[in-house]
Amino acid sequence: MISAPFDYIRPASLEEACRALGDAEEAGDDVKVLAGGQSLLPLLRLRLAYPSALVDIGRLPEPRGVEDRGDHVFVGALTTHDEVMRSSVVRELIPLVALATATVADPAVRHRGTFGGSLAHADPAGDLPAVALALDCVFVVRSVDGEREIPASEFFVDYLEPALEPGEILVGVRVPKLGPGWGFHYEKFHRTAQSWATVGVAAAVRLGEGGGGTVEEARIALTNMGPTPVRAHAVEAALRGADFAPSGSNGAPDRIREACDRADEGSVPPTDLHGGPEYRRHLARVLTYRAVRAAGG
Amino acid sequence: MTEQLDAGLVAERIAESDQLGRPSDAHEVGRARRRKEDARLVTGRTTWTDNIQLPGMLYVAFLRSPMAHARITRIDTSAARARPGVVAVHSGQDFADEQGSLPCAWPVTEDILIPDHPPMAVNEVRYAGEAVACVVATDRHRAADALEAIEVDYEPLEAVVDMTEALAEGAPRVHESGNRAFTWKFAQGDIDAAFRDAPVVIEREYVQQRLIPTAMEPRAVVAATDGETFTLHSSTQIPHVLRVMLAMTTGIPEHRLRVIAPDVGGGFGSKLQVTAEEVLALLLTRRLGKPVKWTESRSEGNLTVHHGRDQLQRIRIAAERDGRVRGVKVELLADMGAYLMLVTPGIPLLGAFMYSGIYKMDAYDFTCTGVFTTKMPTDAYRGAGRPEATFAIERAVDELAAELGLDPVEVRRRNWITHEEFPYTTVCGLTYDSGNYEAATDRALALFGYDALRAEQAERRARRDPVQLGVGVSTYTEMCGLAPSRVLGSLSYGAGGWEHATVRMLPTGKVEVVTGTSPHGQGHETAWSQITADALGVPFEDVTVLHGDTAISHKGMDTYGSRSLVVGGVAVLSACEKVKDRARELAAHMLEASADDIEFSDGSFKVRGTAQGRTIQELALAAFAAHDLPDGFEPSLDAESTFDPDNFSFPHGTHLCAVEVDTETGASRIRSYVAVDDVGSVVNPLIVEGQVHGGIAQGIGQALFEEAIHDSEGNLLTTTMSDYLIPSAADLPEFTTDRTETPATSNPLGVKGVGEAGTIASTPAVVNAIVDALRPYGVHDVRMPCTPERVWRTIAEARSTGPAGTGGPPEASAAGSAPTSEGGLR
Ligand SMILES: Cc1cc2nc3c(=O)[nH]c(=O)nc-3n(C[C@H](O)[C@H](O)[C@H](O)COP(=O)(O)OP(=O)(O)OC[C@H]3O[C@@H](n4cnc5c(N)ncnc54)[C@H](O)[C@@H]3O)c2cc1C
Repeated sequence: MISAPFDYIRPASLEEACRALGDAEEAGDDVKVLAGGQSLLPLLRLRLAYPSALVDIGRLPEPRGVEDRGDHVFVGALTTHDEVMRSSVVRELIPLVALATATVADPAVRHRGTFGGSLAHADPAGDLPAVALALDCVFVVRSVDGEREIPASEFFVDYLEPALEPGEILVGVRVPKLGPGWGFHYEKFHRTAQSWATVGVAAAVRLGEGGGGTVEEARIALTNMGPTPVRAHAVEAALRGADFAPSGSNGAPDRIREACDRADEGSVPPTDLHGGPEYRRHLARVLTYRAVRAAGG
Repeated sequence: MTEQLDAGLVAERIAESDQLGRPSDAHEVGRARRRKEDARLVTGRTTWTDNIQLPGMLYVAFLRSPMAHARITRIDTSAARARPGVVAVHSGQDFADEQGSLPCAWPVTEDILIPDHPPMAVNEVRYAGEAVACVVATDRHRAADALEAIEVDYEPLEAVVDMTEALAEGAPRVHESGNRAFTWKFAQGDIDAAFRDAPVVIEREYVQQRLIPTAMEPRAVVAATDGETFTLHSSTQIPHVLRVMLAMTTGIPEHRLRVIAPDVGGGFGSKLQVTAEEVLALLLTRRLGKPVKWTESRSEGNLTVHHGRDQLQRIRIAAERDGRVRGVKVELLADMGAYLMLVTPGIPLLGAFMYSGIYKMDAYDFTCTGVFTTKMPTDAYRGAGRPEATFAIERAVDELAAELGLDPVEVRRRNWITHEEFPYTTVCGLTYDSGNYEAATDRALALFGYDALRAEQAERRARRDPVQLGVGVSTYTEMCGLAPSRVLGSLSYGAGGWEHATVRMLPTGKVEVVTGTSPHGQGHETAWSQITADALGVPFEDVTVLHGDTAISHKGMDTYGSRSLVVGGVAVLSACEKVKDRARELAAHMLEASADDIEFSDGSFKVRGTAQGRTIQELALAAFAAHDLPDGFEPSLDAESTFDPDNFSFPHGTHLCAVEVDTETGASRIRSYVAVDDVGSVVNPLIVEGQVHGGIAQGIGQALFEEAIHDSEGNLLTTTMSDYLIPSAADLPEFTTDRTETPATSNPLGVKGVGEAGTIASTPAVVNAIVDALRPYGVHDVRMPCTPERVWRTIAEARSTGPAGTGGPPEASAAGSAPTSEGGLR
């Protein structure tokens, strides 16, 4: 578990970091940003990646922290999972982020791993990409050429492939506040406390007026059901107008269940030692139902 | 799944253990002492092998075969040699004349095939991970980098992955001599009579999946020489055995080879081995004249630490209608892997005498075939043979109960040896000296709330709850305290089973205990100090225990098989007794009394009925000064003892497990776990508690999480800890533990050993609970590990194949989606 040799650059500011990346880019070097190192270092040590240089932004003072900006919350890329999880702004205004972050790995990893790193890594098994997709987050990225924004629906291009151009750094994410009436849940299924999600479901549900009403709107995205996080559009559509009364209470078919049975539509689940595609499809349906019930309940 | 550490609970635990630690009387034995070695172990302020730095030290990295079976047609090391910092690069060819063959000390049959096992492959590789070349460099990073510059051409040969296929006609051969290593048979009583007209016969097949021992400290080796003598530091459980074996393998004379096991962070049997890396490190230091170090990475360890279990078991029970067992027949295939290592073929034999468990029966028949495959060799792993046996009999007895519609505890009651019947010679020919299965079981049932859980189970079944509850029972015993030397001899093992201790009285009255056991996490320094403190009447703090260095502790058989206390602890006690005898003689002389009139208590030798006496410390000083000794009395109180037990010891106990099975996801959650163990007399309850907890966790690991998985080409897929899952505290329930104490009658301490009990007991308890939960669905078995996907598939398959009406509780649509053949890797 010893990585191949690489050059190590530790810039003093974000600007310097952008410059270092830009220079490397021009020189044709294969350079990587290093943040918390919780995903990148294992890849290096297993010799699955051979970058020629690392630009370590892990100790930069910014972009770090969480800020309430009216209609959205801005989460700086370098904010650690632990900081995100403990932030009262996150917990009150964008609770789905807190719920999902609390399921990431263990305390040691959460103290080092960063919000931005989790998303920039674009691992579909990570818990935060599905959350970002469900909430329609906006990614703010910067390079020597300036800043641009990427909607979540375009950010996750392929397995471990974000829509970042070479030389670009993710500075933070705008997480829309969903206002009153919304309920949230992140349902993660994993084999041990420290292991990644076999399947996860991020759900936000808004019910109509009155207790036990009908679903007005739902946002559902799935973790580890394809090379990228998957938005469960079919479920969202089918849930609209569904009666939220507990199943079987009046003998009527459980429309929530029927809607959630479409959870795996459009997914391309992977195969690994923790589950084959068929099992994952099944789990997606079961877990989506549980997530929706919990979010709306 | 995140657990919050409850500070209140922690404080309570500490208070509890302090309470336990308070001496109820003057005795040290029985006291819940906190371990004296822990401060240095947990802070790391100690010598782990990888911490050792020697002047001029070089670092070794091994290039390992990426193929399970191949001929090596070319190795080019020239580019690697040219890399910066590289001192030497060698392939197996370079060692061919001097590397010898890694030893197998347990030729279980006359006609066993023991293939040559070169530490570094020369012409052919037989498992993925086998070393084919090595780099020696000035630091470990350069060594690792240079590995990538070695070119190896392989001509692939067919992998042999499956034991049944390996034995088929025309199967590709792992070794020229064939794939069947041996067949070993053992029979007692008339097995045909037992099965003839038997009213009930249960026949089952169980898979003991391959496990990877995962010690906290990876293996590490440091070898050095001054040209004359050789010193090998190794993270090993067996410095003494290793020294003999390495001397025989490398030709370094035994008296010029010193082996040191510094502090060692766990082994679980995996460091009961003579490894390729140990031999090669010695050869390299001999060649280069410089010290060399090798430390494995975790993924290297997953590949090349010897693996455990890996057996296919067929067990048949013949029984009466009332559940009484007539006889048991067992046929085993045991996967040896590619070679026979130190005790590889003996592992199934350690289980062979345990398939009758705690039960009485008239006949027993056992056959085991050892099979070669192109996988890492298997060998001892916590329990070694006995967990496999216990699993099979405890699972099958549950099946018998289900078949007869009896409660599984009741079936056990009808068969077990009752407490009045001890000593009892089992159908396997072992004499169980003592035990009380009734007491342990009754205590466990009460703690568990057995009846309430059964009531809840019935309720959940009735309301067709998607989360079903199962109750698992495991009443185990095991043979521990390895081992009476003559028994080992009769089983063709290459050595004895005695243990050695020396007790040295220092002039100031302090005591050094030298033990031949080799602790690697078991707390011998504490427990041996407690035994010594009581025996000699000295303060606990005045005892130091020395171990793990053949130059300090010259004789020993090391630590494995729950033997250290039962054999080594008894040796310490017996050496103390000899010291006392000498001290008594000296005291009599000094007090001008007859030795018969000298009484010993609280560390003082007194003339009976008087206050006149000498403390053991005074006597130690007097022996040191030697000014006034009895005629012919050597100026020393020191004594040594080598203890060879007459019999094994037989811990036993009852473990009960309640599991909630989510039938929609297949997930199993252990809700409660009760363990009542009888390990005989207890020297230190905290240490026993720790061993029980760790053991249960490891057994649960086999039941739910762990499996070494190979693809059809023989490549190991579980090389990292994200694929080979071991449970952490967050995945385990609170264990409720208790003990009954039925002292062993076979040794003066009354102890039985506790190192393996938890692992042996817990695996069947968990699987029995899962199967119990799913019986209404027509499920009779779930193969281990009971992963969620596997449980889900098993339910679905039972539903589709079971007779109509046995489909169990119907489920809502999502959960009802039945699997097709499109599957994962398993
Ligand atoms: C044992 C373990 C268990 C884990 N379990 C989980 C889990 O259950 N769920 C989960 O979601 N995650 C899990 N993780 C991953 C963890 O969440 C990581 O923190 C996260 O994936 C990466 O964040 P990081 O800051 O460590 O990024 P790094 O490892 O430093 O970088 C990851 C990738 O992102 C790039 N990158 C990082 N920051 C930026 C940036 N600001 N701009 C552009 N590119 C950037 C890097 O170049 C690299 O390619 C686990 C990790 C470990 C070690």
